[in-house]
Amino acid sequence: MNVPLANLAHTRSGDKGDTCNVGVIAYQLKDYPVLVREVTAERVKVFFGELVKGKVERYELPNLGALNFLLHEALGGGGTVSLRLDAQGKTLGAALLRMEIEARG
Amino acid sequence: MTRRLSYPGVEKTMIRIANGQGFWGDWLEAPVRLIEQGPIDYLVLDYLAEITMSILQKQREADPSLGYARDFPPLIGRIAKRMVERNVRVIANAGGVNPVSCAEAVRKAAPGIKVAVVLGDDVLGRIDEFLGKGYRMADMDTGLPLETIREKIQSANAYIGAFPLAEALSTGAQVVIAGRSTDTALALAPMVHHFGWSDTDWDKLAAGTIAGHIIECGAQCTGGNCQVDWQNIPNMADIGYPIVEAAPDSTFVVTKHPGAGGRVHSDTVKEQLLYELGDPKSYITPDCVADFTSIQLADSGPDRVRVSGIHGRPRPATLKLSISHANGWKATGTLVYSWPQALQKAQAADRIVRQRLEMLGLRFDEIYTEFLGVNACHGPLARPCADPPEVQLRMGVRGQDRKAVDRFTRELIPLVLNGPPGATGFGEGRPLVREIVAYWSALVPREEIRTSVEVLG
Repeated sequence: MNVPLANLAHTRSGDKGDTCNVGVIAYQLKDYPVLVREVTAERVKVFFGELVKGKVERYELPNLGALNFLLHEALGGGGTVSLRLDAQGKTLGAALLRMEIEARG
Repeated sequence: MTRRLSYPGVEKTMIRIANGQGFWGDWLEAPVRLIEQGPIDYLVLDYLAEITMSILQKQREADPSLGYARDFPPLIGRIAKRMVERNVRVIANAGGVNPVSCAEAVRKAAPGIKVAVVLGDDVLGRIDEFLGKGYRMADMDTGLPLETIREKIQSANAYIGAFPLAEALSTGAQVVIAGRSTDTALALAPMVHHFGWSDTDWDKLAAGTIAGHIIECGAQCTGGNCQVDWQNIPNMADIGYPIVEAAPDSTFVVTKHPGAGGRVHSDTVKEQLLYELGDPKSYITPDCVADFTSIQLADSGPDRVRVSGIHGRPRPATLKLSISHANGWKATGTLVYSWPQALQKAQAADRIVRQRLEMLGLRFDEIYTEFLGVNACHGPLARPCADPPEVQLRMGVRGQDRKAVDRFTRELIPLVLNGPPGATGFGEGRPLVREIVAYWSALVPREEIRTSVEVLG
């Protein structure tokens, strides 16, 4: 059964230059393996599409039930250069909550 | 309550370290409430973002007595009496590019207070010396050599760690002012000072660094900007800023004053741990390399999260420089279009402005348009909304030619009369032309950066 990521996890995002980081945190530790299986770097890259011009990297934090994604070239140049309203990517974490994942454990 | 001053190696009890400012512009009442609403030993205040240094550098060029966080001296004036009564010491990177003037202003605002300043992070005058020694100072993001921007550099500072701050605390100063210290060093320094930690005790230094990361953004770990159950976070109007109760063995509890609003829970702490994180196994600071995958969290009571298990590795042989440089001009303006066909009207206005800029022969590095209410935050991921009640057109340009950017700022308001119907929201006049000050990070050998401490009063 497919559900939005929002059912299983919360997110927080921020910036490092033109790279946006998105932390994805399982509400319950038991769902962490589902996140590891479903929310891959490749799928996140496809999900964001043209919003992320560079590569997507994923890091695992099993101790926190969390994944950390780095979205490269995602902020229109980043920092002071960017012309975007959300030049720091503060809202991109929320955008990822729409991603459909298979919830079976 | 009063607590006696402590010295390294003498007192080994728990200390309370509070963060009352996550950035310059954060809630002015937060540090006052932290000192009024309950016991704390150290109040740390983080004022500097990456681009703040260049803004401060410009202020100093205009007036040699400026170039620091101007909110800071009046704050100390406001809390000085309580600081003395409760023996609270303040550590802040409020000094910007002029920490000595900042300290003098603090002494004026709070005459009885002993102030120590940490110097040596400002390397603007040493760039050619570094280049002469063969340090390329290539940009850590792009790999370009520093020569690319040499003539446009506006400020250059080394990130300094906790040990110079701890040295300043050991003078007995009640206020310690630094320039570009790292955010995490502000919280680690009192632990190093109070517990007498060695500069090679990597696990302890990593724990203090992670404590610093958790509280460096103020209320972002106490329920602010938290997605989890946000509607029910208590009394956000009086949100409590974070307090770390640090133990000599480097375990710590994240909490807030009882009675203050907000929430401290493993969910709120996890969100902040993930904030602006890169490789979690290698969180690099001037003090150590902290491993975020070693962190163990436990909800140990109401609004209390216990943190333990943290491992660290040796600090790198280099220090990072934060260099700012001029990189052209930009301007962003808005107009609001109302129902019906608000989006179509805003899209037509966008096309018209682009056509008029083209007719003027103006060239930009980028022209960027967003439609607020439709796609500004999430772009094409946002769900389409049929005929929204209103849409804000937000249009920006950037380029190297200031005149071209200035000409753009005159092209939005005429649309109210000579474009699609129903435009409003132009009350603030033409958009401002702003200089783009871009950020460049580079490495130099750490032995090049020699800090010193100066005491006033």
